[in-house]
Amino acid sequence: MCITPTNRRIFIKKMAAAAAMTAAATMFPGIVFASEQEANLSSGSDLDWKKGPCRFCGVGCGILVGVDKGKAVAVKGDPNSSVNKGLLCVKGYHQTMCIQAKDRLTHALVKKNGRYVETPISEALDIVANKMKETIEKHGKDSVAMYTSGQSTIPEGYVASKLMKGAIGTNNLDCNARLCMASAVTGFLTTFGADEPMGCYEDIDYADYFITWGNNMAEMHPVLFSRMLEEKNRRGAKIIDFATRTTRSSSASDKSILFEPQTDLAVANAICYEIINKGWVNKSFVEKHCNFSKGLTNIGYGLEDKFKFTDKPEKIDFEAYKKFLEEYTPEKVAKYSGVSVKDIKYLAAIYGDPNKKVVSYWCMGMNQHTRGTWMNNLVYNIHLLTGKISQPGNGPFSLTGQPSACGTAREVGTFTHKLPKGVVTNEKHRRLAAKIWKVPYERIPAKPTYHATEMFRAVDRGDIKFIWTQVTNPLVSLPKTSRYRPAMEKDSCFVVVSDVFPTPTSDVADVILPASWHIEKSGLYGNSERRTQHWDKMVEGPGETTPDAWMTIEVAKRMGFGDLFPYSEENHVEEIYNEYRQFHEGAKHGMAPLDVLKKQSGAIWPYVDGKSTQWRFNAKYDPACSNGEEFHFYGKPDGKAIIWQRPFEPAPEAPDDEYPFWLNTGRVIEHWHTGSMTRRIPVLHKAMPSAYVEFHPEDAKILSIVNGENVKVTSRRGSCILPASINERGLPTQGQVFVPFFDENMMINDVTLDAFCPISKEPDYKKCAVKVEKA
Amino acid sequence: MPVKSYLAHPHEGKKSELLSALSEIECCEVIPAENKDVIVLVTDTANEIEENILKEKLEAIESIKLFSMVSGFDTQN
Repeated sequence: MCITPTNRRIFIKKMAAAAAMTAAATMFPGIVFASEQEANLSSGSDLDWKKGPCRFCGVGCGILVGVDKGKAVAVKGDPNSSVNKGLLCVKGYHQTMCIQAKDRLTHALVKKNGRYVETPISEALDIVANKMKETIEKHGKDSVAMYTSGQSTIPEGYVASKLMKGAIGTNNLDCNARLCMASAVTGFLTTFGADEPMGCYEDIDYADYFITWGNNMAEMHPVLFSRMLEEKNRRGAKIIDFATRTTRSSSASDKSILFEPQTDLAVANAICYEIINKGWVNKSFVEKHCNFSKGLTNIGYGLEDKFKFTDKPEKIDFEAYKKFLEEYTPEKVAKYSGVSVKDIKYLAAIYGDPNKKVVSYWCMGMNQHTRGTWMNNLVYNIHLLTGKISQPGNGPFSLTGQPSACGTAREVGTFTHKLPKGVVTNEKHRRLAAKIWKVPYERIPAKPTYHATEMFRAVDRGDIKFIWTQVTNPLVSLPKTSRYRPAMEKDSCFVVVSDVFPTPTSDVADVILPASWHIEKSGLYGNSERRTQHWDKMVEGPGETTPDAWMTIEVAKRMGFGDLFPYSEENHVEEIYNEYRQFHEGAKHGMAPLDVLKKQSGAIWPYVDGKSTQWRFNAKYDPACSNGEEFHFYGKPDGKAIIWQRPFEPAPEAPDDEYPFWLNTGRVIEHWHTGSMTRRIPVLHKAMPSAYVEFHPEDAKILSIVNGENVKVTSRRGSCILPASINERGLPTQGQVFVPFFDENMMINDVTLDAFCPISKEPDYKKCAVKVEKA
Repeated sequence: MPVKSYLAHPHEGKKSELLSALSEIECCEVIPAENKDVIVLVTDTANEIEENILKEKLEAIESIKLFSMVSGFDTQN
C-alpha cells in the first residue's frame, strides 16, 4: 500500500493516540474511550459503518467498523449494542490494525523437501482432502482429527462437526474451548442439566454486590468491569475480589480477599456451612426447586494417557449435606485457606442477606482447575441455598474467554462428546443429527474419543495420523507444550494449520491454509450471555485468503461428501445457519432468525415469539417454564437443580523443597490469548512487548532478584527464562509466581502441567510447582 | 514536526472545563475517557517554535492538574 505523507501523518497521530489510550488502560482498570475513532477522523470522512461483534473476548461487544474505499479504517463501539453501549476496550478499538501485518498468510503454503512452497489454494485443498482420505483408508476413520476453536464462527464449527461426525463418522473433533470453559459446561450440566448462564449482562444494573471468583475482569473483561464500576460509583454497588493474586481488579474493588491456590473449594463449602448455620437458607426455594447429590471422591487428575473417569451420582438429603459441611466450618477452613474467619463470614453474610442482590462472576480461575466442575457446582450451591438465581441482579455467571466459546463450541458442539443438539451418547440426539444432516444414523459414533489434551497425546503416541487445526494456536496454548510440540513435529502425523498469521503451530504444519480474518467474511458468534450476533463481510481479504467454513466445505466435496454440503460460496453462512437453527427449535433454545440478527445487535436465546429470554428458569421471563411454579429448572427431568456435595481435594502438584513456588499463568489486558493478533498491533505490542514473571517483593528480596533481571522458571516438565517483575502489574502472594502466556518467545506452557478436571477434562493452568533462579 | 500524545489529568470536577480548553487549541485533538477523569491529548505541531507556543498555552490552563507524555514522534512529512 502506498502511504502518502498526509496518510502517514494521520497514521502517526492514530498511533500516538493509541499509545496514550493503552497507557491509560494499564493505569485505570475499566477505562473506556467511546469516541476515540471518530475523534481521529477528519470531518470530511464519509465512512460506511458496518456492524458486528468484536473479534476478541467472550463479552461480545458490538462494534461498528468504518470502511472507506474497501479498507477498514476505524472501529468504534456500537451504541445500539446493549452489551457495551458504545464502549470498547483498548484491544477492541485497535483490532483491525492487525489485518495489514507484513507477515499475513495470504496464500497456501505446502511443505516440500523441508521448505514451504506457495501453492494455489485449490491445489492445497486437494492435498488436504487426498491426505485425509488416504489416511482414513489406511488407518481407519479414527486416525484423523480436527481441532477447532471458540473463535470459529457458528457456520465454521457447524460444518466441521458435520464433516467429522456426520460425513466421516468419527468423534475426533475437539476445540480449544476445552481449555477455557469446559468446566463451566459440566458445572451447568451437572447442576441444572442445561448449559450456559441463566442471567445476562443486565444483571449488572441491578446487583448490590459483585463477587469475582479468581477473575481479573479489569484486564480480561474490561467493558463489563467498567459497567460494574459505573454501578459502584452511581449507586454504591460493591465489588469483592476473591483471588490468589492482587491485580488491577483487586485495586479497583471495595475489598480484596486472597486465598491459597486450590482452597477455593473449601472456602465455598465454608460459605455454605455458614449460610446454613446462620439460618440464611431460602427454605421454600430449596424445598421446591433443589435436590441434593454427592459424587465420587479422590477422582484423580488425568496425568496419565488414556485416563478415564465416570462419576457416580448418588442422591442424599439435606441432613447428610449439612453433616458433610461440618468439616468446613470457617474456623477449620481458615487454617489452610489463608482466608480469615472474619472474611469467610463476611462473604457468607453477603450471600445470606435476603435484601442484597448478588452476582458471582468467574472465568479461568475456577474453570482451569483440576476440580473445575466441582468449583462451578459449589458456587451454584451458594446461589441455590439462598435462592439468589435467575432474577435480575441475582445469579451465578461464568464468563467466557473467546468470542464464540458459547455460540460455536458449546451450542454447535465442537467437542468430541457433543452434537449440535445434545450429546453423541444419546440415541435421540444422534437420530436428530442424522435426520438434519441427511446421513445414516449408524454413521455417527455413540462414543466420544479424544478431548483436547488426550487428542495431542494421541498425536504423540502416533494414534492420530492427520490433524487439521483451525483458528487456534495449540503449540502456545496447550499445557505442557514441552511434550506436544515434539509430538506435532513427528513424521507420523500430517499437520494442516488454517490461520491468519504464522504461529508456532503453523511452523510444524505440512500444509498452511490462509484464512480470512473476522471482517473479511460473514459470520455469527455467540457470547457469554447467550447472545447470537451476525455480521456481513465488510472488506476483501488479501491474496487467496478463504473463510474456514468454505475451506472445510471444499475439502468435504473433494472427499466425496458434496451432497451433504450443498452450500453456495456467496451464501453459505446464511444457508448453514438456517440448517443449524433446526436443531434448536422450541422454547428452550430457539435461535433468532437471521433477518432479525441482521437488523439488531444480536438476540439472546431462547428467542421465543420475537423476544429474547434474559433470565432462564424464571417463569416471569422464560416461556419454557411449565411447572406452574415461580422457577423451573427444566434441564433436569424433575425440574429441580442439584446442590452437590463436593469436598476439598488438593492439587496434583504442590510446592515442595525442590520446587518451592506455585506457578500461576494467565493473560494481560494488551494481549489476547497467544498474541497472534494483538502482537501484530503495533501499539499493543509496544505497550507489552514481552512476557515476564511476577514476584512478591519478599520472595524477590530473599532470592536477591531485582526488577527486570532474567529469571529461569523450571518445573518437572521444562523451563522458561523471563524478566522479573516485582510489584508492577500484578502482585502474587508470597510463595507464588505469575507468568502471562501470550509470548511465543517465552513459552511458559513448556513448564505447566497437563493435569485436568476428570469430569470436564479442562486443564489446570493455575497451579503447578516450580523453582526459580537467576538465569 | 512533532506529534505527541499525553494523558491530561484535570483538577477534581474540572474535566469538562479542561476538555473545552484543550479543544479550543488548534493543534490539539482530545479524546476524553468515558468513565475516568483523564483525557488523551494528541498534539501536532509544524516546528519547534509552534511546539513552544503550544507548551505555553497548555501550561496556562488552570484546570490541568497533571500532564504526562506517553509518546512522541518527530517526522519530516
